[in-house]
Amino acid sequence: MFGKLSLEAIPTDPIVLTTIVAIVLGGGALTAAITYFKKWGYLWTEWITSVDHKKLGIMYFIVALVMLLRGFADAIMMRSQLAMASAGAEGFLPPSHYDQIFTAHGVIMIFFVAMPMVIGLMNLVVPLQIGARDVAFPFLNNLSFWLFAAGVVLVNVSLFVGEFAKTGWLAYAPLSGLDYSPGVGVDYWIWALQISGIGTTLTGINFFVTILKMRTKGMTMFRMPIFTWTSLCANVLIIASFPILTATIALLTLDRYLGMNFFTTDLGGNMMMYVNLIWAWGHPEVYILILPAFGVFSEVIATFAKKRLFGYNTMVWATVAITILSFVVWLHHFFTMGAGADVNAFFGIMTMIIAIPTGVKIFNWLFTMYRGRLEFTSPVLWTLGFIITFTLGGMTGVMLSVPAANFVLHNSLFVIAHFHNVIIGGVVFGMLAGLTYWFPKAFGFTLNEKWGKRSFWCWFIGFYVAFTPLYVLAFFGAVRRMQSYSNPEWQPLMIVAWVGALIIAAGIACTLIQFYVSIRDRKQNQDVTGDPWDGRTLEWATSSPAPFYNFAHLPEVHGVDGFWEAKKANGGVPPISEPPYQDIHMPKNTWEGPIIALFATIFGFALVWHIWWLAIVGGIGMFATFMARIFNDDVDYYVPAAEVERIEREHRQRLKQKGDLAHSTRLETQS
Amino acid sequence: MATDTLSNQGHAHGHDHDHHDDHHDTAGTKIFGFWVYLMSDLVIFGSLFATYAVLLRGTAGGPTPGEIFDLPLILISTFLLLISSFTYGMAVLAMNAGRVVQVQKWLIITFLLGAGFIGLELYEFQHLIHEGFGPDRSGFLSAFFTLVGTHGLHVTFGLIWILVMLIQLKKQGLTEVTRPRIMCLSLFWHFLDIVWICVFSFVYLMGVL
Repeated sequence: MFGKLSLEAIPTDPIVLTTIVAIVLGGGALTAAITYFKKWGYLWTEWITSVDHKKLGIMYFIVALVMLLRGFADAIMMRSQLAMASAGAEGFLPPSHYDQIFTAHGVIMIFFVAMPMVIGLMNLVVPLQIGARDVAFPFLNNLSFWLFAAGVVLVNVSLFVGEFAKTGWLAYAPLSGLDYSPGVGVDYWIWALQISGIGTTLTGINFFVTILKMRTKGMTMFRMPIFTWTSLCANVLIIASFPILTATIALLTLDRYLGMNFFTTDLGGNMMMYVNLIWAWGHPEVYILILPAFGVFSEVIATFAKKRLFGYNTMVWATVAITILSFVVWLHHFFTMGAGADVNAFFGIMTMIIAIPTGVKIFNWLFTMYRGRLEFTSPVLWTLGFIITFTLGGMTGVMLSVPAANFVLHNSLFVIAHFHNVIIGGVVFGMLAGLTYWFPKAFGFTLNEKWGKRSFWCWFIGFYVAFTPLYVLAFFGAVRRMQSYSNPEWQPLMIVAWVGALIIAAGIACTLIQFYVSIRDRKQNQDVTGDPWDGRTLEWATSSPAPFYNFAHLPEVHGVDGFWEAKKANGGVPPISEPPYQDIHMPKNTWEGPIIALFATIFGFALVWHIWWLAIVGGIGMFATFMARIFNDDVDYYVPAAEVERIEREHRQRLKQKGDLAHSTRLETQS
Repeated sequence: MATDTLSNQGHAHGHDHDHHDDHHDTAGTKIFGFWVYLMSDLVIFGSLFATYAVLLRGTAGGPTPGEIFDLPLILISTFLLLISSFTYGMAVLAMNAGRVVQVQKWLIITFLLGAGFIGLELYEFQHLIHEGFGPDRSGFLSAFFTLVGTHGLHVTFGLIWILVMLIQLKKQGLTEVTRPRIMCLSLFWHFLDIVWICVFSFVYLMGVL
């Protein structure tokens, strides 16, 4: 009846139990509060079924921040364990738990923190930047989000029911095969990633088509903002690489569920094929994360230096070059596997070549700042911190790309230090910069600068304190994924790394305080103009928060930084949209997206536990709901011109009340 | 060419508004999006082909490709699928001429040919498993069943899609909703044909050579 599921699946570990109790109580309180304040209807109509790309972007970010807390809890447990478990001491985490934690940490931080932050920002910003009213396929956009959420649910359920994979975040075969991982941990990994990965592929297709097909008048490819360019390239990478992940996970699934022999050690299987396939996806994946972050920095630095970005064209071509090169370097993740000197040399050289377009970008940012009037806002601090940190991380990457050196450094803490150097210094800094930069566009008020800067300094200092010791430890022989170690000389540096993690924790706390303070002071920090930073691109041409139709009249652009040019041509103030207005064609909300994802969650959970009848229910549920969507012709409507006029009139009145049209809230927020 | 016609029709229908303003979900965008989806699907098949090539020699003492492929049977199923692509093309021509009954007729013929193809594939699989050459026998057989089976699964989804279109055509006729769907299904069906030609050449022909 319940497959492999029984009461024994509930963990008895005190740490896990405490977490479960805390989450159940917290979740219960949240549910009770929503019920008490009668907010279910509001949530359903305004958020859950919404096809508004801005709201979906916000939801991606909220989930990402919640998962950041969970992923970071894993991190601090690992650092605490390694600060304790020296010279024969066992620490507080037994190996089976520790192995789940480092796997969960990697999976959560990449798939359920970094990815939703990147996709969330793309959702919020790209349609506004290209002057569109929505994405090409609004229903699919909603479905993508909820499929991603289904993956999040499965990963979190693994905490309460059963276990998570103990294989490391990429679940290398044959360790992830049935022989060595007979439990349900790998199955949770499989279904969480498979379901959310399909959502990601749909997002990639959606935004690729949106950017190519829905740009406003005058927005040629080489007038697109850099963030849109980097998003376009990231989406190309998604379209071309995520299907490889889908196929790879499917093959592992067949090995585990139908006894096939793709990656087994006997009967003709080839586990090296797994490593090749997973990295053929995995390497483009890191560029899916970093390219949009590059885009954020480009927008931030041009805006706050009050200069057009230096070398727009080279920035675009560097992005395109990285996009292509990212597909011919995957083997550098396993130089030691024995592909031979020629193959290793090829992939080593290709990897080094990626440093060239990246270097072009670094110089473009530096030259944009040169002779600019740089304002040291917190997005700029994140950008400066990024330029320093990412350059260092890039250099350790080039060191790793030398196959001879790699044979020494492979699987050591050097690798850990390197990729945190580029992911924290690049993706995390980028996403937090983007969050601060575009927050007013999403909510209509700016974030508190004081706490934003505190958060930056904690992250920046905390990163170096936490990860510099790992570079050093690697040369003393410390490897990754070890639960304890015998050499007592490593302990002091391990404790330093633990202190670094605590400083980063303070940075996360500052961000949370920043949200609290900013929401409390939202009246003072209100962004009336819709253009709080004196921006250059189209997202600042509409009010904050942007109306659900984005633009009453679709803007027309005549060059790079179209909004900046329009302001200049208009005597330094943004052009205001005036009547007459027209009816606006908009998509209707969808109940099918969240329901399909609900059945997908049931489907995944049932397959994890081999509850076949429930899997059939989930499968039929998904199919039937999709059919309901197919046979539903009532998917769009027209916003009457009068309604558009009312909303725009209110916006104009707010502008008048504020008196000063151009730079109303800037001075306050800068102080 | 049909794509152009369709996107024009997609733009022409509906309210008398400035259609530059509201171009989401028009037929042209849908068909372009579907093309992009097909390219991503192609990457899945690419991964499976690569896996097949790598595992081809992983027979583990079991049968080799030459020993188990029944080429005459595969030739028949290949022709069923190729002819079904032709009949689907006829359906699209009928759609462009606006003859809904003809469209339904050609779709039914396409369905039958596709179902025949799937039937033969199921027979082949059942036969192999019965002989003891199931997908768990060796790495080669895992890769073979998965590659061919994934194609078969796609064709099965195509068959379901044809049924859905037959229902929608009966209910709505040729509208701006059904036309782009028939067009996308057409792309899907021809795409599966092309993939099958690769399967036939690389798996079956080269296997027997």
